[in-house]
Amino acid sequence: MRRLSWFNTVSLTLGFAFLYIPMLILIVYSFNGGKLVTVWAGFSTKWYGELFRNEAFLDAAWVTLKVAVMSSTAATVLGTMAAYVMVRAGRFRGRTLFSGMIYAPLVMPEVITGLSLLLLFIAIGLDRGVLTIVLAHTTFSMCYVSVVVSSRLVTFDQSLEEAALDLGCTGFEAFRLVTLPIIAPAVISGWLLAFTLSLDDLVIASFTSGPSSTTLPIKIFSAVRLGVSPEINALSTIMITLVAVGVIGASLTSKRAIAKRAKDEQEAI
Amino acid sequence: MKRFGLISVPYLWLLALFLVPFLIVLKISLSDTALAIPPYTPTLDMSEGWAGFTAWLSELDMENFTWLTQDDLYWKAYLSSLKIATMSTILALLVGFPIAYGMSRAPDEWRPTLMMMIILPFWTSFLIRVYAWKAILSQEGLLNQLLMSIGIIGEPLTILNTNTAVYIGIVYTYLPFMVLPIYSALERLDESLLEAAEDLGCSRMTAFWLVTLPLAKQGIIAGSFLVFIPAMGEFVIPSLLGGSKTLMIGKVLWEEFFSNRDWPVASAVAIVLLLILIIPIVLFQRNEEKQREAGK
Repeated sequence: MRRLSWFNTVSLTLGFAFLYIPMLILIVYSFNGGKLVTVWAGFSTKWYGELFRNEAFLDAAWVTLKVAVMSSTAATVLGTMAAYVMVRAGRFRGRTLFSGMIYAPLVMPEVITGLSLLLLFIAIGLDRGVLTIVLAHTTFSMCYVSVVVSSRLVTFDQSLEEAALDLGCTGFEAFRLVTLPIIAPAVISGWLLAFTLSLDDLVIASFTSGPSSTTLPIKIFSAVRLGVSPEINALSTIMITLVAVGVIGASLTSKRAIAKRAKDEQEAI
Repeated sequence: MKRFGLISVPYLWLLALFLVPFLIVLKISLSDTALAIPPYTPTLDMSEGWAGFTAWLSELDMENFTWLTQDDLYWKAYLSSLKIATMSTILALLVGFPIAYGMSRAPDEWRPTLMMMIILPFWTSFLIRVYAWKAILSQEGLLNQLLMSIGIIGEPLTILNTNTAVYIGIVYTYLPFMVLPIYSALERLDESLLEAAEDLGCSRMTAFWLVTLPLAKQGIIAGSFLVFIPAMGEFVIPSLLGGSKTLMIGKVLWEEFFSNRDWPVASAVAIVLLLILIIPIVLFQRNEEKQREAGK
């Protein structure tokens, strides 16, 4: 068995301390009783109470959730289609432009994406609101989905699909019964990625939202711009906890699934 | 026919919501500012047909781009963004490489956990991770409290609202992007190569320089671009952690649009930023392709 040298141990410890201590401090200070965020004034959960009584935050959270569910679902459908086209459709006219449009949004600065979409919505006279944020989020997150899904499609054995077609499936049936179950884990992680990107986005949402459709990041940003707020600490703690539970849960489930598959395979032999 | 449908849906979506908006930005960057709604002229009047189109075309000019070169603010902001992005990339490499290296040397059964610990911050809100530093770096913040109680400093340091805070913010939020590609390059490294180098008389240090580092090169390049490219157009970090003296082009674009309501200049700023970013983006794509070919 390998052992870590002292250098590796020190760099890992310092590295993970750097990554996690700021978030731990945020969590600890969300239970601070005082109004000052940097002075400890005893344990209290009052900021959580304040947070749940704050209508503006609750409204914004609801808008954010709606936008995230709609845009990530649309992005998953479009992104999976785009991945299928990239990997399977072979040559067609305009393929270079298509792959350019898939990869460009991944590296495009958010301020430019936001500005250009806003100018489009104004040019076609579409009022800014939930719909425009959903359209904007779908567009950039479908590119992430298509990258995730196409990396799975590349390693997929195409002869399985051909066998299904030979056995009388229509193209769509072959996709639904053979391809989709195999690429499902990638499609699900694509959806989760799109969902998180949408929950997280401040810049593009600021450009494309209207007065009645403030999202949570916009709300948080305007609250913390001038200073630190204990309510935001409470909100952050809730969000960090949800993500941590989700990510750890997902990784344990996938670990168990891998172990189960290994066991099944062994029993089959 | 079915194939046509499959291609056209995502294709048309991207044309309408990615390419067309971008062309609109290009067009507005060539228009003049006006006190109207929308706040620029000329607007294209379709009813006048071809004559209207040519009249509209002749009124477009490069005035906004000339303006960008004349006002100090803009080129200073571009230069300062370049400097901040470059410095942060170097810092992220210095912090990230030892972490990736340590992960690749760790016992096999630790690796999934370490990997998850690197990815976890990536899933947590970017905004919240930037915000977390505000309470740490401020004048009466926890870092100053700690340093003063140990007695390293007598006076609180001013870190928040300076470029230093921006560097810390960028390194912190983009660290996973630096660590992951380097780790995946180092993980593939065949350890017998290092043993061979040592058998042939290399010291550990020389083996590191001659074997490990060159093999990790593509991971380092990929990680650096993944930090540099988004850092260049960053808006959230300079506006939350930086001060009034922190100039970054993402912030200038934002203010030009939302505070000054000067859409043509904001559009011109966006076009120039994109032209600057094309070079690193193309280099990054090349590096990725090379890696893909090497992987085959």
